[in-house]
Amino acid sequence: MAIVEREPIAEATLVETAAPSAAALRRPHATTGAWSWFTTIDHKKIGILYGATAFVFFIVGGLEALLIRLQLARPNGHVLSAEAYNQIFTMHGLTMIFLVVMPLSNGFANYIVPLQIGARDVAFPRLNAFGYWVFVIGGLFLYSSFLLGGAPNGGWFNYAPLSAHQFAPGHNIDFYVLGIQILGIASLTSAVNLIVTIINMRAPGMSFMRMPVFTWMTLVVNFLLLFAMPVIAVALVLLTFDRLFGTNFFNVSAGGDPLLWQHLFWLFGHPEVYILILPAMGVVSEVLPVFSRKPLFGYPFVVFSGIAIGFMGWGVWAHHMFAAGLGPVATSGFAISTMLIAVPTGVKIFNWLATIAGGSVRAKTPFLMAVGFVTMFVIGGLSGVTHSIVPADTQQTDTYYIVAHFHYVLFGGSMFGLFAGFYYWWPKVFGYSLNDRIGKVQFWLMLIGFNATFGPMHILGLQGMPRRIYRYAPGMGWSTWNFIETIGAFIIAFSVFLFIVNVWRSKRAQVAAGDDPWDARTLEWATSSPPPPYNFAEIPVVHSRDDLWRRKYVEDEDGKVMPVPPVASTEEDQEAGEVHVHMPSPSYFPLVAALGLPIIGYGLIYHLIWVDVIGLLVLLTGVYAWALEPPTEPEVEIEAHGEPDHPDGDGEPEPVPALTAGGTEGGSE
Amino acid sequence: MTDTATQPSPSDEHPVPAEEHAHPSEWRYIQIAIALAIVTAAEVTVYYLSLAKLAMVVILLVMAVVKFSLVAAFFMHLRFDSRLFRRVFITGIALAITVYTIVLLSFGVFLTNRHVTPHVNVPSPTASQ
Amino acid sequence: MSALATSAATTRTHEATPHATSTGLSNVKLAVWAFLASECLLFGALISTYLLYRGRSIVGPYPHQIYDIPYTSVSSFVLLMSSLTMVLALAAVQRGDTRRMRVWLLATALLGMTFVGGQAYEFTSFVRQGLTLHTNLFGSSFFVLTGFHGAHVTIGIVMLLSLFGLSLRGKLGPENAETVELIGLYWHFVDVVWIVIFTVVYLIPS
Repeated sequence: MAIVEREPIAEATLVETAAPSAAALRRPHATTGAWSWFTTIDHKKIGILYGATAFVFFIVGGLEALLIRLQLARPNGHVLSAEAYNQIFTMHGLTMIFLVVMPLSNGFANYIVPLQIGARDVAFPRLNAFGYWVFVIGGLFLYSSFLLGGAPNGGWFNYAPLSAHQFAPGHNIDFYVLGIQILGIASLTSAVNLIVTIINMRAPGMSFMRMPVFTWMTLVVNFLLLFAMPVIAVALVLLTFDRLFGTNFFNVSAGGDPLLWQHLFWLFGHPEVYILILPAMGVVSEVLPVFSRKPLFGYPFVVFSGIAIGFMGWGVWAHHMFAAGLGPVATSGFAISTMLIAVPTGVKIFNWLATIAGGSVRAKTPFLMAVGFVTMFVIGGLSGVTHSIVPADTQQTDTYYIVAHFHYVLFGGSMFGLFAGFYYWWPKVFGYSLNDRIGKVQFWLMLIGFNATFGPMHILGLQGMPRRIYRYAPGMGWSTWNFIETIGAFIIAFSVFLFIVNVWRSKRAQVAAGDDPWDARTLEWATSSPPPPYNFAEIPVVHSRDDLWRRKYVEDEDGKVMPVPPVASTEEDQEAGEVHVHMPSPSYFPLVAALGLPIIGYGLIYHLIWVDVIGLLVLLTGVYAWALEPPTEPEVEIEAHGEPDHPDGDGEPEPVPALTAGGTEGGSE
Repeated sequence: MTDTATQPSPSDEHPVPAEEHAHPSEWRYIQIAIALAIVTAAEVTVYYLSLAKLAMVVILLVMAVVKFSLVAAFFMHLRFDSRLFRRVFITGIALAITVYTIVLLSFGVFLTNRHVTPHVNVPSPTASQ
Repeated sequence: MSALATSAATTRTHEATPHATSTGLSNVKLAVWAFLASECLLFGALISTYLLYRGRSIVGPYPHQIYDIPYTSVSSFVLLMSSLTMVLALAAVQRGDTRRMRVWLLATALLGMTFVGGQAYEFTSFVRQGLTLHTNLFGSSFFVLTGFHGAHVTIGIVMLLSLFGLSLRGKLGPENAETVELIGLYWHFVDVVWIVIFTVVYLIPS
């Protein structure tokens, strides 16, 4: 975990000191072609990789959800056995949290944040690649459990001691403890990287209070990750040792305390909730002003309530444990803090509403998705506040009411927000827009399907239907709502299918989007679509919040907004001439280092020391070769190639040859 | 945690090269090490004195904090380096101390005389949920 | 509108990661501090686990029966002094005295190895007295906490020896002073964690 990009060493020690394996491998140079995706360290390509990978997992997790809904559609369902049901709902939760919402948010952060702050890349490009590969490999490791005797089956919070070896003897939970540990390493490296990037890589003039809100929320989220991941790491280590090496941490007969797991888990788990929602709040805070053609209302309040949420998120964890009987003092304290944390969230809601109010609204798909976020999140937020009422919470615990609540914040919140991000930034990333008509149909279907699926769960929960049961008897009065929920789930699935159709059709249609299709406000729209590998030929100098908007519009003395009169700058519109941008070179070693981790994991699960040794050697080889290889190959500073960087991005022929740095002799393929 | 970020950066307009910090002299380092050695010796001494338990705990904790601060301030240069580093690190320490103290308090770790009931395990009614 | 993307009419070389950052602080150093802040929560959780389970073991051996305070005091002292040699190595390389730096780096690594060796001896002696990972809550939480710390020290030793190896080949000069400083930060952090463990785990009576 202590992987640091040690540039100074690297500068001094070139190829000849690299590890033996490094000598055999020539440094990769290609920046295009399929193989380049394995060695890329370009934050934009890594962002796309995060997005694409997470979307695949989204489909897998969605299919798992459909299986759950099919099983529960009728009383006494026969689709899944009890054991299969346990595995499917556990993997559905783990997938959606760790393999979908977190990496999707991270994908947006990776792609957008450096552009928004006017940077050429993140602070540590290879660490960035390492984080991505660890995430992919961790996800595959987790899913390999299906082939190796069964997936985790203890729910996403995996309460000990039920998850201890005594009660869960198979390897299922082993894959949970080690898989989540691997994914935690990915999150931690990426958190360090993005924190340093945002603090240190801002363009001149980009002060903190000029930063776009999405960048702000990314900063808060990554501080949360930085401090939350080690907590779950320890919880997982303790359980791993219990399961694999016979320690007693959760062994009740030796005096071990089940509450320890709950505390450590929720101490991570509640900040995690904000890790999941804050990026979507950031997206919405970008989308609403652009489509209302107004600055974000109360920018400082939105920013500071985001920070406040980040702080207060550390003081509410025990509301997940009210039913465990913590005693009156702890319970009251956490009940009050849980009520209080609704305040900064409410501040944000009103700021968003005030942003829309009085604006000249263009109801394009990103806007609709963002409004969907706000409305659905309000419902989820309100049901969340009800949990602070301890007697009520005791009734609601482990019922479908909880399931309804967190799907309203995680799907109604995060996923709607992230879909707003897809529609909003797609033209920037790929150079063509997504079809707005299909987008709107998708939005309405998703909204209807979502409410049909999760709305009735409130009722079922209050009627007493427990979560995590694989069957229910016909006479319980739950059958109708369950059937409606299943129909709703399939409507959601169809809406996601429409999104895929939309991507496919829009890609074929290749309607060039232009650099700034939404008449937007922030710096990512100031460069071309898709941006060149170095993002900005000239690092912009920032003069205000919403800098791009200020470049485009001025207010006259009456406060009326009018476009800045065009300046006849003939030389500026000309061919850009030579731009030498010295970008970091691609590298194999983040991938090599990442490959070591699952090998160690398998070795631990099957008690094969020699496999652990191999994994450790792979990891060390990768890390050493990485540390000793210079971040940038000095001799491959390259001038223009006419090739656009992204395979999908050749819709709009650039007036100026896109300049690829880092490509080389063989790299123009 | 984000207190660092709310601070306007000193050099937003014109990045300046990494700030020069006057590192202390080697003699200063050795002095600090001597101080550390003395405090460590004192710790061990206190351990063997038969003090009241509370007094002992307080004295030992204070001495540990002193040692911790000396190493962090001088050997890790926090005293001379940018405030940002100090804030990031102190945020981590403060957060850790706060949340884990609350966790331990909720178990009654610092509250009850646990010698009386050394083996009591807080029953968890929902342990099986 | 791609004014920014194409407006560079001059030939100019830009560094992808300019040395002048927006705060004027080094990227790697900020990253290391962020990482160390994160580690506080890691060790905090392990120490809290130990504290929670102190006095809750159902069978012995118990801490006071097994700790050898004079022995552990000496090895704590060794680790503490390795912080001094570490910072002297940094002072040397900042002065441009790579020969001395090499000596101090090696001294730091050797002191670290002494500490880890001492810990290995302590562990085996505890095992001989009947305390293992499985024995009781004390054994589990003690070995996992101190073992994690020992693993951190070991990683530090590997990094120090790597620096030493680089310096033998003349690859570690004053221009790499920051690398020495960063590994030093990690090393000192491991040391301060031990300061806490020594007090909270060994000295404070249960």
